[in-house]
Amino acid sequence: MDFKTAVFYFLSTILVLASLRVITARNPVHAALFLVLAFFNASGLWLLLHAEFLAIALVMVYVGAVMVLFLFVVMMLDIDIERLRQGFWSHLPLGAAIGLLMAGEMAVVLGGRYFWPEAMPAPGPTQPGYSNTKELGRLLFTDYVYPFELASVILLVAIIAAVLLTLRRRADSKFLNPRQQIAVQRNDRIRMVTMPSEKE
Amino acid sequence: MNFVMPDFYPAAAEIFLLAMACAILLIDLLLPPAQRWVIALLTMTTLVGCAIITFFTIDGQVVLTFSNMYVDDMLGDFLKLLVYLSVAVMLVYSRGYLAVRGLNKSEFYLLVLFATLGMMVMISASHFVSLYLGLELLSLSLYALVALDRDSARATEAAMKYFVLGAMASGLLLYGMSMIYGATGTLEIGGVAQAIYHGVANKTVLIFGLVFLVSGLAFKLGVAPFHMWIPDVYHGAPTPITLFIGSAPKLAAFAMSLRLLVYGLIELAGEWQLMLMMLAVLSIALGNLAAIAQTNLKRMLAYSAISHMGFMLLGLLSGVVGGDRHFALNAYSSAMYYTVSYVLMSLGAFGMILLLSRAGHEAENLDDFKGLNQRSPWFAAVMGIMMFSMAGVPFFIGFWAKFSVLLAVVDTGQVWLAVVAVFFSLIGAYYYLRVVKLMYADAPEDAAPIQGSLDMRLLLSANGLAVVLLGLFPEELMRQCALILLRSL
Repeated sequence: MDFKTAVFYFLSTILVLASLRVITARNPVHAALFLVLAFFNASGLWLLLHAEFLAIALVMVYVGAVMVLFLFVVMMLDIDIERLRQGFWSHLPLGAAIGLLMAGEMAVVLGGRYFWPEAMPAPGPTQPGYSNTKELGRLLFTDYVYPFELASVILLVAIIAAVLLTLRRRADSKFLNPRQQIAVQRNDRIRMVTMPSEKE
Repeated sequence: MNFVMPDFYPAAAEIFLLAMACAILLIDLLLPPAQRWVIALLTMTTLVGCAIITFFTIDGQVVLTFSNMYVDDMLGDFLKLLVYLSVAVMLVYSRGYLAVRGLNKSEFYLLVLFATLGMMVMISASHFVSLYLGLELLSLSLYALVALDRDSARATEAAMKYFVLGAMASGLLLYGMSMIYGATGTLEIGGVAQAIYHGVANKTVLIFGLVFLVSGLAFKLGVAPFHMWIPDVYHGAPTPITLFIGSAPKLAAFAMSLRLLVYGLIELAGEWQLMLMMLAVLSIALGNLAAIAQTNLKRMLAYSAISHMGFMLLGLLSGVVGGDRHFALNAYSSAMYYTVSYVLMSLGAFGMILLLSRAGHEAENLDDFKGLNQRSPWFAAVMGIMMFSMAGVPFFIGFWAKFSVLLAVVDTGQVWLAVVAVFFSLIGAYYYLRVVKLMYADAPEDAAPIQGSLDMRLLLSANGLAVVLLGLFPEELMRQCALILLRSL
């Protein structure tokens, strides 16, 4: 076992364990942090495959942006985790049995014969001056420009959908318009009443 | 580095639609809410413009562009024209319904346009990546549209279910695609077919990927046993959105199935036909049996959609039997004809629900159609035509659709399959004819006059007449379907 293989197994083991902990952790914050760990190890695996740019992008986008946002959401929303987990243990045997059965069946069909490491040789040494990022960028803006544009349209739809679903006036909102509050005049709040003085 | 500028001309309609959608997005910002009708008008103009562009660029050639990711052929042009038509009809039908419920937001029009763009991309995809992105564009817009009515708990639940199951189906589809990519080394649909033909690809891995691919497709088509989302989404979504989901996306899903299975994996036809056969028999049986128990018309039509999609699969699966491609054209054109006629009937049936609904009242239960004949003999007749046609009564368009599919099945010698399909269709005729019975034999429960704008009434009448006329003269459309497939395969 050479050094690379050892690194591969090391990263993979942590990746699998971290992924398992994501779905079994009691605390959602812990689950999110384990997901960060899983992403980090996956990016390490990509580095082994000479995909430096993708590895960095994974760390920056998923770990840096998406997961931090996710942690914010988890901390801001008061999710009743106990209620969500109701029935987890009672459904676990059936779910686990079906999952294991499917995984077993897939393993039997593929049997490791087609995806054995020998069938997928590691990428060879690259020429000096070869830039992963440059090659990806070139492909993305030439051959793959059509799907690239489509992906941007999908993001636009996501923005529109998010605005549509969240931006609305609630009937029970206690929102006050600060502009109206500042512009208020004395006459709007105080009404002078002249009352005749009364005698006993 | 030898990059050739892609030919934008074949994709002119998509580019126009995207430009218009972005323009509408900005125009909406400047418009006061009272002038929402401008957005509706612009959306309609966009669809008409796309139709004009697509129609005048039909040249009968198969042109690949964008590094072989986009294909422009007769099949794509024809299906796109039908998509514009059904989206436009949907917009007319739903305007009144959305207006009285305060759902007439400009986001509705925008999302419909983006969903249309997604369907166009799917229809013209010749690459796994563009196919998948088109599908996601369509699905994302649909998830948001289902949740359009934020105050309805049922709609929100339907959107959640649709989103979760749709995401899972996309995952299955992607997994299947990745396996096929692993086996053939290419993502181009034409390249996949060539790699399999030359025997480069490992068959076990291919079939393994095919299973996932077919499962993902079945989810998107909504055939049993991957149908669980259909009744809930059809029932929970606002009726115009149900109408939308039940019409144009079926055309795109048909194109997707055809491009993936027939264009890409025709060498594996023996395998996928067996899978489709199981899906088809299950959906026809389950759809027709479960529809009987429904009292809600939207739910009933949802189960009917499942059985109709099963019927469509019957056409797809009787193309190549035992390596004999003699019947392929006939079978695939019958499946296409079935999809087109189903979309036409689906538009009419959901359009009737929209017509009878008014502020504070959803005409979605079977009881709401009681005695419709006394309230409006003409629209009772239109609904009757839709139901007769869906049941496959001669001589409506639905009859010819079923007939041509069954003929294709019998041609390939799978007589038992045709017998099963006919048997369950006969059972299914019960629940369609029950609606007719309610309309003509029972006394009306509510006597409110039928509202609905003039254009909607006219269009709905035209829709009913189209079902009758295309049923009386079915040859033209059938011949067109066959001709288009002949020029595109």
